[in-house]
Amino acid sequence: MSVTKALPHDAAPLHVSGVARYVDDIPTPKGTLHLAFGLSPIAKGRITAMDLSAVEAADGVVMVMTASDLPFANDVSPSIHDEPLLSDGTVHYIGQPVFLVVATSHSAARKAARLGKIDYDKETPILTIEDALAADSRFEDGPRIYAKGDTDAAIAGAAHVIEGSFELGGQEHFYLEGQAALAVPNEGADMLVHSSTQHPTEIQHKVADALGVPMNAVRVETRRMGGGFGGKESQGNALAVACAVAARATGKTCKMRYDRDDDMIITGKRHAFRIAYKAGFDENGHIQGVSFHHYAICGWAQDLSLPVADRAMLHSDNAYLLPNARIESHRLKTNTQSATAYRGFGGPQGMVGIERVMDHAAYELGLDPVELRRRNYYEPAHAVTEHAPAEKPMGHPDPHEDLTSRGAVEIGNAPVRPLPAGGNTTPYGMEVSDFELHGMTEALLKSSDYAARKAAIQKWNAANRVIKKGIAFSPVKFGISFTLTHLNQAGALVHVYQDGSVHLNHGGTEMGQGLFQKVAQVAASRFGIPLEMVKITATDTAKVPNTSATAASSGSDLNGMAVKAACDTIRDRMAEYLAERHQADPSTVIFSEGTVSVGEERYTFAEAAALAYQGRISLSATGFYKTPKIEWDRIKGRGRPFFYFAYGAAVTEVAVDTLTGENRILRTDILHDAGASLNPALDIGQVEGGYVQGAGWLTTEELVWDDTGNLRTHAPSTYKIPACSDRPDVFNVALWEGENRENTIYRSKAVGEPPFMLGISAWLALSDAVAACGDSYPALNAPATAEEIWHGVQRIKGGI
Amino acid sequence: MNITFLLNGETVELADVDPTATLLDWLREDRGLTGTKEGCSEGDCGACTVMVTDTDGAKALNSCILFLPQLHGKAVRTVEGASGPNNEPHPVQQAMVDLHGSQCGFCTPGFVMSMVASHANGATDHDTQLAGNLCRCTGYAPIIRAAEAAEAQPVPVWVKDEPVATSAAPTMLPGSSDELAALYANHPDATLVAGATDVGLWVTKQLRDLTPVIFLNRCEDLKKVTITEDEIRFGAMVDMNRMGEALADMHPSYAEMIRRYSSVQIRHAATVGGNIANGSPIGDNPPALIALGATLHLRHGDERRSIPLENFFIDYGKQDRGPGEFLEAVSFPRQPDRLKCYKLSKRFDQDISAVCGCFNITITEGTVTDARIAFGGMAGIPKRASNVEAALIGQPWTPQTIQAALPAFGTDYAPLTDMRASATYRLETAKAMLERYFLEDQGEVTNVLEVSV
Repeated sequence: MSVTKALPHDAAPLHVSGVARYVDDIPTPKGTLHLAFGLSPIAKGRITAMDLSAVEAADGVVMVMTASDLPFANDVSPSIHDEPLLSDGTVHYIGQPVFLVVATSHSAARKAARLGKIDYDKETPILTIEDALAADSRFEDGPRIYAKGDTDAAIAGAAHVIEGSFELGGQEHFYLEGQAALAVPNEGADMLVHSSTQHPTEIQHKVADALGVPMNAVRVETRRMGGGFGGKESQGNALAVACAVAARATGKTCKMRYDRDDDMIITGKRHAFRIAYKAGFDENGHIQGVSFHHYAICGWAQDLSLPVADRAMLHSDNAYLLPNARIESHRLKTNTQSATAYRGFGGPQGMVGIERVMDHAAYELGLDPVELRRRNYYEPAHAVTEHAPAEKPMGHPDPHEDLTSRGAVEIGNAPVRPLPAGGNTTPYGMEVSDFELHGMTEALLKSSDYAARKAAIQKWNAANRVIKKGIAFSPVKFGISFTLTHLNQAGALVHVYQDGSVHLNHGGTEMGQGLFQKVAQVAASRFGIPLEMVKITATDTAKVPNTSATAASSGSDLNGMAVKAACDTIRDRMAEYLAERHQADPSTVIFSEGTVSVGEERYTFAEAAALAYQGRISLSATGFYKTPKIEWDRIKGRGRPFFYFAYGAAVTEVAVDTLTGENRILRTDILHDAGASLNPALDIGQVEGGYVQGAGWLTTEELVWDDTGNLRTHAPSTYKIPACSDRPDVFNVALWEGENRENTIYRSKAVGEPPFMLGISAWLALSDAVAACGDSYPALNAPATAEEIWHGVQRIKGGI
Repeated sequence: MNITFLLNGETVELADVDPTATLLDWLREDRGLTGTKEGCSEGDCGACTVMVTDTDGAKALNSCILFLPQLHGKAVRTVEGASGPNNEPHPVQQAMVDLHGSQCGFCTPGFVMSMVASHANGATDHDTQLAGNLCRCTGYAPIIRAAEAAEAQPVPVWVKDEPVATSAAPTMLPGSSDELAALYANHPDATLVAGATDVGLWVTKQLRDLTPVIFLNRCEDLKKVTITEDEIRFGAMVDMNRMGEALADMHPSYAEMIRRYSSVQIRHAATVGGNIANGSPIGDNPPALIALGATLHLRHGDERRSIPLENFFIDYGKQDRGPGEFLEAVSFPRQPDRLKCYKLSKRFDQDISAVCGCFNITITEGTVTDARIAFGGMAGIPKRASNVEAALIGQPWTPQTIQAALPAFGTDYAPLTDMRASATYRLETAKAMLERYFLEDQGEVTNVLEVSV
């Protein structure tokens, strides 16, 4: 069977030979035009005068557009229509697109875009948490609060109380392929758009609104992205819409790709947070109650900030049973890039909060941090309680709302069940019934030789003045499902041709994660044929409609199931036909190892397909899947937002130079739960890559804005993602032998986002190393750059 | 201008080349070879890496900041030419597939070409060889496994390029320092391009028009490393990889700093003369060379002059170089190795220094008898720590002397806060570097790069 095989990425031979095509590689017709935005140089204000004559006169310029030239919707927002493609006369951050240049070359467009002469009436920008709180500048009316029990009383009555606040920086996606789109005007009002996007349906929707046509006039195709990480869930809208509008206006194919600096200046990043916490523990290290205040910097437009901030709240427990918890979340509106989806979608921020609490508490209580964590884990898994959610009463949707966006709102109110009895429940009332971390922790501590290494590190630190070592363990429990319940659906389209070859299409997009290969493995397994017989095709809104973004780690769960359904439909039709020919029971028709057997008769799959065709059996089917069991009310903070949880655990050892704060990861051991893995090689790839990206977020990746709101780290020369030598010297990654307790595709688990949060162990290990310099808790901010670590060393040495 | 080079084994002759057209744009837009990718257009991500073979051998280079005229007479190999004539995969390509070295695949052609070049040269220090290639998906581990797996495989014949014979070079590509001197004296307004690792960004990021441009890469006599009993002399066009090799035995700390200086690709292009001439306050060579007591050799036409290197840097953005004058060489005296170079940055590899401190302190019978200390990143120019030096010289080599000298940093420097570091951190870590120098001298473990589990 193809599933469970550790096969290479389907496109790997194309990647290594330069043949794999990305948007900018697609051959274009002669006369193709190239686009660039003119950007706002100020963070907040109103345009008082605009002189674009020099832009228009520049070499190669064909057309210059401003908001007034847009024929229909001036809107690229994935949520509340607060993000115009081109400035509506006000500007809200440095980098906001103000006008659009259409020129004969990429370079001509870029050069001309710098020639605009625009006068602004400047206003004081809101750049910091303090600014935003003072001005009450926020999304939603006030803070959102999720709570369980009586937190204040629990903390007040606790033997030990810890309290603190720290900064948690954002993160640039740094997908290696920058944002790109290409629009080809077709006959009539039709438009074909190639977009580097995780969400083709949203591109289709925004382009249709911008052109004033129904969605059926727009077709969006995405073969692959050169990395996404959430950065291409909504941030590609502007380029696709700009290309479509310009293509309509000129009648020419139009292409836009951001130069790297433009990309970093224009597009949103991970939300930076400040997290304030107060927690009470008893003498044995059992948590009694914890209170969090999240201050999320959302930037100028709402984008996906509400569900991101929600997910941060939903991961404020991580792996721990919190008897009393209160999470208050402020979504602050600032004059900076609009923060957006990024791998983990708020989950990492929430998880860092509770891991900080555990780390701080272990330090204050003098307990081993792993032991303290284990004492607070959820109860181990037991039998799953089955209940089907009630159907919701539906309201009337707004026709211009993009219902497939995570920025959409739930229609109708979810009926909220009372909290389940028994108490192994999250702060939002979901029972944790699949908890794997007890066994995983035990296994990882053993395989990583944690206890002996911790002792060796103590010896090292006693003997060395300058270089201190640290070690830390951190677990991950990550909820799998879109929290906007209706997004948990997927479609697929499968054709079997008369020669037995299979054409596979589904709503998921390929950004490097190996989704297409995994789904093809499912299709090959359903038909019992070799993988080579399955043709993977580009994601195409004309083949599978109304798709959700490939996001929330849901790609293989949703699309794998939809493809399975489509394949099974065709397989059942073939089986029924062949059974009838042979007077057999359809259930005795076996599809395996490239053959189809009916009783004594054996056909190759190709022969079976040809026979079915001649028998006038339809060999094409759609498939559909919706995730069962989930229901969620984001306002009340109650329900079951997740189908299941994915788990992981990591132990990281670091060395810190206490003179300057320079530091390195020496060794990392990871045990990760991918359920019954569909492809262990691809899953380990997600774990290794996710860990390094997560560690990068919390160490070297620092976004710096100056006091005018100008992003100063807008290129790889100043924004430092991990390089080759930053990966751990020793890097042991293993998958937990297990299977999903819920009925997912072949009992596998989602693996895109969860491993990212294993990087938290690196941040905690740095704290452990710094703690060796003095007698107080280091209380590091994130990212723990060399400078931040140096400050930590000074703080606990009682220095500066 | 008209130029000739080999592209994947075939001769390419181009007429009327725009002197600042980049190889990357030409490959993708004119030649339709889209395997080579643009990731950043400033030489920091490596997605555009190609292999260029000249008389020195095969080198990985960033095609995004490589101007076409720099290729005259050389051989270029792109990812499309990594596979054999019948599409046989190169060993590194096969290993990358088998060991899961690609995910999104966008950085992959650049990695493949870096690996093809290092494989051709038999290099196995993969972390260093691949420091200039960023990958956001894999976490690098499978890529290194692939590089290791391919080590023992033979170099395929089809990637063995030779430089191509050409007719006379265009005028703006002088073949010697004498030709350059005459040309530049006649065109004092020209932009000199050594390796284009900085000038390239004037074009790709600042979108500047640079004409006229004079390319120095054919001035072989400026690429000489001359080591005598008394002196080490580097021609201005010595690239940073060759510089690192030359210094490895004599001044290993300097060589190690150069190993972390940008990336293999950039070091193949970047020259010591360029690093000095651009006057950047954060170039890493000037503080090291100043600490070694270097002399800078300048030339205008047939006139030559030599000055102490530190005197070349007058103020931020202002150097002691007249119109039509260029750097010919930098030299410093042979000396016992007391030099330590401390490069402090957010990331170890391929990062610009927040602070680069270079210390050359001579101890005779327990007393400091000489001290030359210079820093990058602490002022508007690379600058000596004169007051610190004065506080050390003549004093016993003890912790007390170090502590007593630390306040002098505050009189020597008033650093800035920027996106790389705060003023406080810069000043305090500069002090810490002096402490490190002392501790290292006492045999203490102070280098985090040398620690393992």
